[in-house]
Amino acid sequence: MSGLLKFITCGSVDDGKSTLIGHILYDSKLLYADQEKALELESKAGSRGGKLDYSLLLDGLMAEHEQGITIDVAYRYFTTEKRSFIVADTPGHEEYTRNMAVGASFADLAVILTDASKGVLVQTRRHARICHLMGIKYFIFAVNKMDIIDYDEKRFQEITKQIDVLVKQIGLENVTIIPLSATEGDNVTKKSANMPWYKGDTLLSVLENINVENTAAGDGFYLPVQRVCRPDRTFRGFQGQCESGQLHVGDTVTVLPSGETADVKSIYNAGAKTDTAFAGQALTIELSKEIDVSRGCVITKDIKANITKSITSDILWMDDNPLLLQHEYILQLGSSSTVAVVKQINYKTDVNSGDKLPASVLRKNEIANCTISLADKITAAEFTAYPVLGSFILIDRLSNMTSACGVIRNVQQLTDDDYSFVSDNIKISATLFDEYYYNMSDMKIDTAQGNYKAFTVGDTLPLKGDTYNYPQEIDIIAFAENAAIRVRHGKIAEILPLSQYSFDTQYNAPLADTRGFFINIHDQTELDKFRAEYTEGKNHASFWNKWLDCTKWRHILFNDNFWMI
Amino acid sequence: MLSHLDKLEAEAIYIIREVAAVCEKPVMLYSIGKDSSVMLHLALKAFYPEKPPFPFLHIDTTWKFHDMIAFRDRIAKEHGITMLKYTNQDGVARGINPFDHGAAYTDIMKTQALKQALKKYGFTAAFGGGRRDEEKSRAKERIFSFRNEAQVWDPKNQRPEMWKLYNPRIKKGESMRVFPISNWTEKDIWQYIKRENIEIVPLYFAKVRPIIRRDGMIIMVDDDRLKLRPGEKITNEKVRFRTLGCYPLTGGFVSEADTLDKIIEETLQAVTSERASRAIDKDSIGSMERRKREGYF
Repeated sequence: MSGLLKFITCGSVDDGKSTLIGHILYDSKLLYADQEKALELESKAGSRGGKLDYSLLLDGLMAEHEQGITIDVAYRYFTTEKRSFIVADTPGHEEYTRNMAVGASFADLAVILTDASKGVLVQTRRHARICHLMGIKYFIFAVNKMDIIDYDEKRFQEITKQIDVLVKQIGLENVTIIPLSATEGDNVTKKSANMPWYKGDTLLSVLENINVENTAAGDGFYLPVQRVCRPDRTFRGFQGQCESGQLHVGDTVTVLPSGETADVKSIYNAGAKTDTAFAGQALTIELSKEIDVSRGCVITKDIKANITKSITSDILWMDDNPLLLQHEYILQLGSSSTVAVVKQINYKTDVNSGDKLPASVLRKNEIANCTISLADKITAAEFTAYPVLGSFILIDRLSNMTSACGVIRNVQQLTDDDYSFVSDNIKISATLFDEYYYNMSDMKIDTAQGNYKAFTVGDTLPLKGDTYNYPQEIDIIAFAENAAIRVRHGKIAEILPLSQYSFDTQYNAPLADTRGFFINIHDQTELDKFRAEYTEGKNHASFWNKWLDCTKWRHILFNDNFWMI
Repeated sequence: MLSHLDKLEAEAIYIIREVAAVCEKPVMLYSIGKDSSVMLHLALKAFYPEKPPFPFLHIDTTWKFHDMIAFRDRIAKEHGITMLKYTNQDGVARGINPFDHGAAYTDIMKTQALKQALKKYGFTAAFGGGRRDEEKSRAKERIFSFRNEAQVWDPKNQRPEMWKLYNPRIKKGESMRVFPISNWTEKDIWQYIKRENIEIVPLYFAKVRPIIRRDGMIIMVDDDRLKLRPGEKITNEKVRFRTLGCYPLTGGFVSEADTLDKIIEETLQAVTSERASRAIDKDSIGSMERRKREGYF
C-alpha cells in the first residue's frame, strides 16, 4: 500500500470538482446508507431533474446549497483497497481563491479540472499557479465533461496543447492529462468505452498508484521549537516536530539563531524514550548543557539555514484590504513570529499570461514578488530547500486576519548594518532608539524604526529622540546575545560578554534592556538575583512587570501617520 | 516512513503543543466519549514528562449515562489532571429535560452551558474532538476555528489556514476552538485506541443491557427518569453504542461486538454513518451548521 495521499481538486467554477469527488465516493461504495439516502432526497429537490447530484455530498454549508456553489474547502476521507486518501475539494470562484489556496497548502497532488467545452480558462491558470506556489509537485489535469463534446478526441488534443503551454510557462513537472466525465463516470473509476482512443489509466487508478514521497528529504535535521517542557527543576526538554532528517542521542546540535551547540542527552517521541528520531515525529529533546533555547529557536544538525532580517518572497494576498507598503504586519514562520514590513513589490505576476508587471499596490487574490524586512532576526531558508523554514503567513495587526501567505525565494545574509551594536566578536540587535507613536487611525501604538548604524566602541549615541531620553551614563544589557554595552559621557565605552559584566559602582550607571526599558536594579546583589530568575521567568509577563519599568525614559506621542495622509 | 496513524498522532500533538505555547488560557473539552479518550491520551503524550498544562472541562447535562460519570471521575484521578465540571443550573432549575424539550434541551443544557462555562473561566481557546468525517459542515471547518465575542462561528469568512501555520491571534472576548483530530476518521480512532491500548467507557462494548425501542431508536434504561409510554416494554438485549452522550438521546444497536477487534470489524462494514445514531442531527439538513454557528461544538 502506497501510504496516504493528500490531494486537492481545483479549477474554474462549474468545471465539476465536487461532482467528480462525489462520483468517486459513490462508485467506490464509500458512502454510508444514510448518506446515500440523504443524497437521493436532496437530489430530488435539486437542479439535475431528479438525477443524482453528486456535488451535494460535498457542499456542506447552507449558503453553498442555496447558491449551488462551493465556498470553502471541504475535506473528505476515503480508502480504497490500495490506498487511503484525504481530498480537499476547493471552490472555483475567484472570490474564494484564498480557500482554494488553503487546500493547496495541504496537498501533495492537485487534480485540476478543465471543462472540455471551454478549454483552459483564466481560473485554471490561476489555480495551477497557486498550486505550484504552495509547493505542490504532482499534477493531474482532468479534462471534464467529455460527454458534452461527444467524446471528441480532436477537441481533447486541442486542450492538451493549451495545457502543455501552461505547464511549460509555470514549470510544472509530473503532469498527467486524463479525458473524463464526472457526471457520467467515464474514466473516473472505470475505463470509458466511449473513448477507446484514450490509452491511459483512469483517474482513480492514477491516484492509487502515484508515488509522492519526497525523495530529496533526509539531508540534515531541523526542529523549530514550539515550547519548553519543564515539569520540574531536573528536566528541561524542547518540544517540536522533526521536519527532516534523523537525530540520535549523542549527536551534536546547533541552536539557531544563537549558534550555540550542545549534545543530545535524550529524545522522546510522542512521550516514549527513543535513541533515534525521524522526520515527521513529535519530539521532546533534552540537551547535555543549559543553553538559552525558547520558542522560535530552531534545533539543527547539518542544515544550511540563515539568520536574517530581510527576505525576498512570492506572496499571495488574501485580505479584502489591499497590502499597505511600510505597514506593520505580523510574520509567522515555523514557530517564530516577528513584526514585518513589505518594503517593496518587485513585480506582480499576471495569473493569466505569467507576465511580470510593475505594481505599487497588491489586492486580494494577486500574486507578487516582494522584499520584506523584519524587526527581529529569524532563522529562515529558501522554500524549496527547507519548506517549513521557507513558508510564512502575514497577519494584520488590527483585524488579526491572515492577510497573505508566502514562500521564500531568497534570504538576505545579515551584515553588520543589520545590527545595532557591534564589536569584534559581539553583535547585538536593539530597539531602544525606536520611536513609540500612538496611531490615530488604528488606535494603537506603532513603533517607528530608529536610526542604527552598527554603533561600535567610541561612537556617540543618539540618546535623545522624539519619544525617549536616556542618561549619558547607562549600561545596556542584551540578554539574547549574552552581552552588555557600557555607555559613558554619551559614547560607547565598552562592549563585553555578560559573563564579564558587573554592576558599575563608580558611576552607578542605571541598567536598560535593548528595548530601552529601565531594569530595576541598583547593585550587584540585585543583578545576581535578577539573572537567577531570568531563565525561568523570561516567558512570563509577571517577571518583566516585577523587574522592568517601561516608562522611566520612554513616553508615547501622537503622530500624523505618513501613509494615511 | 511513518505509518498513517503515526502521522495523524504527530499532527495532533503538534496542534496541541501549539495551543499550549501560544494561547493564553486553553482548556480541553472532555465529553467522556472515545474521541475524548483519544484526545486525553494525545495530550498526555504531547507534554510528557510534564502534565498537560491546561484543565479539562466536562459539560454535564445531568443526563449522561451513569457509567460515563464514574469513568470520568476515575480517569481524572488516575492521570492526576484537573477536571472541571459545569452544569447549566438555570436549566436544571427550569426542569429542562430531553423528553419534553427536544431541540431546546440540546441548546440550553449543552450549547448554552458550554458558552457559560467558557465565559465563567475566561478560556481563550477550547480543544474539541470534532472530526471532519463526521458531518458536512465540520468537513469545512478550520483546525484553529475563530469565534467572535458572542462565540459565533462565521463559516463564510474563515481565516485562511496555510500549511501548519495556525493564526492564534484574538482580541479580548474572542476565542478559538481547536480541533487536533480533524483529519482522523472513525476507523483511525478505533485503530489508535487498539494500538495504544486506550481505556474507553464500557458502553462501547456489546453487553446485555435493559433497553426500550422508541421512534426507531434503541434507548437504554439507565435510571428511573425514563418514563415508559403505553405499550413500551423493557427488554434485555445485547447492545452497544457507537457514540455516547445523554442516554435518552443516544441510540444503541444490537451487536455482538464485545472486543475492540470485533468493533473495528463492525465499523468497517457499517452501513450507517456515525452521527445517524444521534437524534439531534436528524432534525434537518444543515442542523449541525446552525448549532455550530450558535456556539455548539
